[in-house]
Amino acid sequence: MDFGGTGAGTSKIKNITRRLFVINVAKVIVFAGILGRLAQLQMAQGTKYSYLSDKNRFREWKIIPPRGVIEDYFGKKLADNSQVFQLHLIPEDIEDENQLYFRLKTIIGLSDRRIVKIKKKQKQQKPWETVIVSDNLSWSEFSRLNLLLHELPGVKPVVSLARLYPPKESVAHVVGYVSMASKNDLVASKALRSLHVPGMRVGKTGLEKSLNIPLIGEPGYQRFEVNAYGKRVKEIKLDQGTSGKKVRTTLDLDLQNHAQEILKEKSGTICVMDIYTGGIIVMASSPTFDPNKFVHGIDSKSWKALIQNKRKPLMNKAVSALYPPGSTIKPIVALSALENDVVNPKFKIFCTGSIELYGEKYHCWKKKGHGTVNLKEAIKQSCDCYFYEVARRLGVDRLSVTAKNFGLGSKLLENYQEEKYGIVPNTKWKLKHIGRGWVLGETLITGIGQGYFQCTPFQICHMTAQLANGGFKLKPKIIEDGVSIEDFVENWKEQQDNFQEKGYQNIEEFEGTDAALTLFRNQENIKFVQLAMYAATNEPMGTSYRSRIDNKKYRYAGKTGTSQTKKITAKQRELELKQSQLPYEERDHALFTAFAPFDNPRYALAVVIEHGGSGSSGAAPLAKQLIKKLIDKNEKRMQLKKNVDVLI
Amino acid sequence: MNFFSRSKKTRISSMQKIFSINFHLLIPIILIGIISCFAMYSTDAGVFGYHTKSHIIRLGVFFILFFIVSFVRFSFWHKTSTLSYFLVLILLFGVEFFGVSSSGSQRWINLFFINLQPSELMKIALILFLANYYHKLSPADVNKVRFIVIPISVIMIPVFLVISQPDLGTSILIAATGLIMLWLAGIRAKYYVYSFIIFITALPFVIAFLKPYQKLRILTFLNPDKDPTGAGYQIIQSKIAVGSGGFFGKGYLKGTQSYLDYLPEKHTDFIFTLYAEEFGFLGCIVLLSLFLYLITAITSIGNSSREAFAKLYCYGLATALFVYITVNMSMVLGLLPIVGSPLPIMSYGGSAMLSVMVGLGIVMSCHIHKDENF
Repeated sequence: MDFGGTGAGTSKIKNITRRLFVINVAKVIVFAGILGRLAQLQMAQGTKYSYLSDKNRFREWKIIPPRGVIEDYFGKKLADNSQVFQLHLIPEDIEDENQLYFRLKTIIGLSDRRIVKIKKKQKQQKPWETVIVSDNLSWSEFSRLNLLLHELPGVKPVVSLARLYPPKESVAHVVGYVSMASKNDLVASKALRSLHVPGMRVGKTGLEKSLNIPLIGEPGYQRFEVNAYGKRVKEIKLDQGTSGKKVRTTLDLDLQNHAQEILKEKSGTICVMDIYTGGIIVMASSPTFDPNKFVHGIDSKSWKALIQNKRKPLMNKAVSALYPPGSTIKPIVALSALENDVVNPKFKIFCTGSIELYGEKYHCWKKKGHGTVNLKEAIKQSCDCYFYEVARRLGVDRLSVTAKNFGLGSKLLENYQEEKYGIVPNTKWKLKHIGRGWVLGETLITGIGQGYFQCTPFQICHMTAQLANGGFKLKPKIIEDGVSIEDFVENWKEQQDNFQEKGYQNIEEFEGTDAALTLFRNQENIKFVQLAMYAATNEPMGTSYRSRIDNKKYRYAGKTGTSQTKKITAKQRELELKQSQLPYEERDHALFTAFAPFDNPRYALAVVIEHGGSGSSGAAPLAKQLIKKLIDKNEKRMQLKKNVDVLI
Repeated sequence: MNFFSRSKKTRISSMQKIFSINFHLLIPIILIGIISCFAMYSTDAGVFGYHTKSHIIRLGVFFILFFIVSFVRFSFWHKTSTLSYFLVLILLFGVEFFGVSSSGSQRWINLFFINLQPSELMKIALILFLANYYHKLSPADVNKVRFIVIPISVIMIPVFLVISQPDLGTSILIAATGLIMLWLAGIRAKYYVYSFIIFITALPFVIAFLKPYQKLRILTFLNPDKDPTGAGYQIIQSKIAVGSGGFFGKGYLKGTQSYLDYLPEKHTDFIFTLYAEEFGFLGCIVLLSLFLYLITAITSIGNSSREAFAKLYCYGLATALFVYITVNMSMVLGLLPIVGSPLPIMSYGGSAMLSVMVGLGIVMSCHIHKDENF
């Protein structure tokens, strides 16, 4: 035993004390290190870590705001939101899964295939995340579900909002439809990406697409505190967001329904436009479809039927389909010729039923010929031979300038993706797109709106509107912005003053600029064309004489058109086949464009019936059916105060 | 000259023992104990839950044990020091063969009333053994090779047993404890330098023998941001919790990192993180000061004792506690790789607390019986 008091013990203790001193120094250093680290984390970088901590614990869930309502001019709902009844499941609350699904099968008729899908989805997500079992239950299913709710743990009945199109088929094309956002939608639009919330429906076509962003509104959010496993612990903040903007359109649902009714069983389109405000009153396209089917996802059978239908129900034929304008272009050819002093109204030719040029025969639609015709008669009777001659003298380039000024060959609506440009051919265009030089024969057929000429029915309507308003540039619109006829007249007067001050200016100088608001050199020429169109409808021998309305209130002026879908062979010409004898696909398109009432013009319209035979028999009678209703409605429309509170 | 006083006070009465309690040692223990209960209550998200209850019960039981140990004569602990080492060693071997496994490692032995972790007890037993060994050894022999072999084996046997459980953290702490004792005994500094060089050279081979998860921990320590949701998750979340506490802390029971379960192992190794998040830099200084106070109290008891065993034991324990505390804190603050090492008194865990309380009880016994002859 060694005792502490011995000599060896004393030196040992001294030794230990010395060693402890070294340890104590080390302790101080280490301790200072720990303190320094704490100060660094908690004081120097405290803000950074506070931010990281908040980033950990807060998570936001976006809330889909109610989509903006789309109304017609009179406030009727074209696209609305309706309550839908949904069934959500919270997997972690389910007690007996098999029993639950069995009960749901009987209560809401859940299919086995759907159950398999739901179970698969359920496995992919966390047990506290909801699974949507059904997003559109009927009221009876929903109330039955609520009645039995206490027996179904894990089931959550939810009342939500979904898009509803009360007019169903009739405005399907122009308003469009919404559906689940696809990957492409998100890739295409940066604005949409920033607004998108899973489950949100986005506009796919029509106005729903072009006004998608303002219609969506500002998504709100729910901020939750979440734990490390992502489970929501408590709600911290709720922001409902702002609902989408209400949009008031210039459309008239009554007339639109009527137009759609007229087009029933046919393939074609009707457009009606206000010739002063440019507001589109009717834009009907047939055959049509029910946009409501798309809201909750269309079933593949219906989708296939729509896609495979040869009459293309999904296409908005007013703006997306291109047709040769046929004889409906003749007023513009005549105007162009008059404006360029190529012909005067007294210029006559003798129509024999055909003319010959470089060995090629160009036929008039009337085999026997029209005899001696002047310009007015040529428009009235739609004499092709006369316009061959006019076109020959005018030349295609000068014609194309006038046609382009009247809006042909360009998109007329802003940001309306379905709209097409169409083609106004000229020598430059042919060289660029076809790569060959222009041939004189092509000038002749361009003069009767055939050949390369391609227009949308909407462009024809717009062209007529500008002839009807006295030759002033018109900006078509579909969203009501409060611009009235008075505003137009004001603007027009200003134009007149400028016109008188500065004298004649060549329209070509202004081509493509805002200044090109007057589309004529001499307004008499416009008036002449208007009168010729009046004659075509209201004088005997006129092409649409049979569809005239004698009542002065409804009297209108119009021009028919028949555009060939196929070159008529010599053999067919010999056989003199009637249109009804031809197979459907080979029949001509029937076109008609008009403005009404003639005495105090207000509306322009265009009717195109695909494979409808001739314009005078296939299209003009339909226009007659609509015009009466259109003019009757006019007073009501004028009475309605311009209401600007719902602008976009 | 001490002979007179020693013979006079051969035995002291129980009353005298109570009056000679060292409050410098007792008060920090009580305060840290109270803080640990509050922290545990917070880990249970402000509910008087399982961890809080059993922590308080353990603290109470082991506090009583602390007094029992203190009132036992210090000479008893001296005499039984070698025996206690071998007892714990037997238990460690027992773990090897009859141990209870939990989360991949076999560290516990079922003693029916408690699942004991002998490796924790070894921390104290080793100090006792080595203090006694060097107490007897003449200073002249300390650096002789044949007298180094025994202490080295005494250290290495439990270290390897614990590594094989596997429990890297505890084995490192046991080894550190042993090295502290050797240092205090006077082993030459050059031996430390040599072994350090050998260790560094051998490190690649050691790493080769590490389990994959242990390698991952070291890699994670070097670059926690490499896999923030996987291996680096613990340390990143721990740093966020500590840092977001700021100067004043988020407030008691308001530590979002902890109650939203972002903090891993918040009851045990990461209890300091929770404390730092809720009480901030200020709270950390308070806790660190208490620990420092405790360590100083132990050291000064060592100073006032006269025999080598008592000094070696007190200094050894004080330094070992300091190492446990700083290793734990460095770990949760991202200064060291994550190896399992509890924070003394604060962390949840019976064996660790048992060993610390017994260890501190022996220190108190040393103080109470410092004038007693044996």
